Amino acid sequence: MATSASSVRPAPSLHPVLLCLVAWAMPGAGHLLLGKRDKALVFAVAVLLLFAVGLWLDGRIFPFQPAEPLVAMAALANAGVGLPYIAAWLADVGAGTVTAPAYEYANTYLIVAGLLNALVVLDAYDVAIGRKR
Amino acid sequence: MTSHLFLLLLFTLCVSSVMAMIQKDDLRDQVRLGLTIAGGFMAAALVLGWLMYPFPL
Repeated sequence: MATSASSVRPAPSLHPVLLCLVAWAMPGAGHLLLGKRDKALVFAVAVLLLFAVGLWLDGRIFPFQPAEPLVAMAALANAGVGLPYIAAWLADVGAGTVTAPAYEYANTYLIVAGLLNALVVLDAYDVAIGRKR
Repeated sequence: MTSHLFLLLLFTLCVSSVMAMIQKDDLRDQVRLGLTIAGGFMAAALVLGWLMYPFPL
């Protein structure tokens, strides 16, 4: 199978778990370290765009509330986006406006951004341990 | 910006591009899978939307 020139660099000496941590912290960074620049760019743009638009449309970053399992799961999904999630939390954005016209869309954007980044992290792990090219 | 169709399209493009890049390595395969996923998303949303049309909230 043909691959792009950017995807032939051997895996870095970084431990796969550390690579996953980097991949989680910054969407696309894991693949960038693996030499897959094209994939890294697409992952970073797609995940960050979803997250940014979700915030811009007045979506809510859900709090960790173990008493409410659905809210807790949404919070876990939100956290999947990594450092942008922490930055948004520190900047106190993402309070959410229930009356906003696109509130549900925005929440979906925020949740899916985190879930997609989780998939990207798993993909980076598979590549790092040699299970995938 | 808050057009439902635009938001659906943006969501579809982002998700399908990530899924295609994860699943495939070859550019041609990525484009084919991405378009398939995006088309499936759009078609399913439009069909379900019309199926729900007769039912008022």
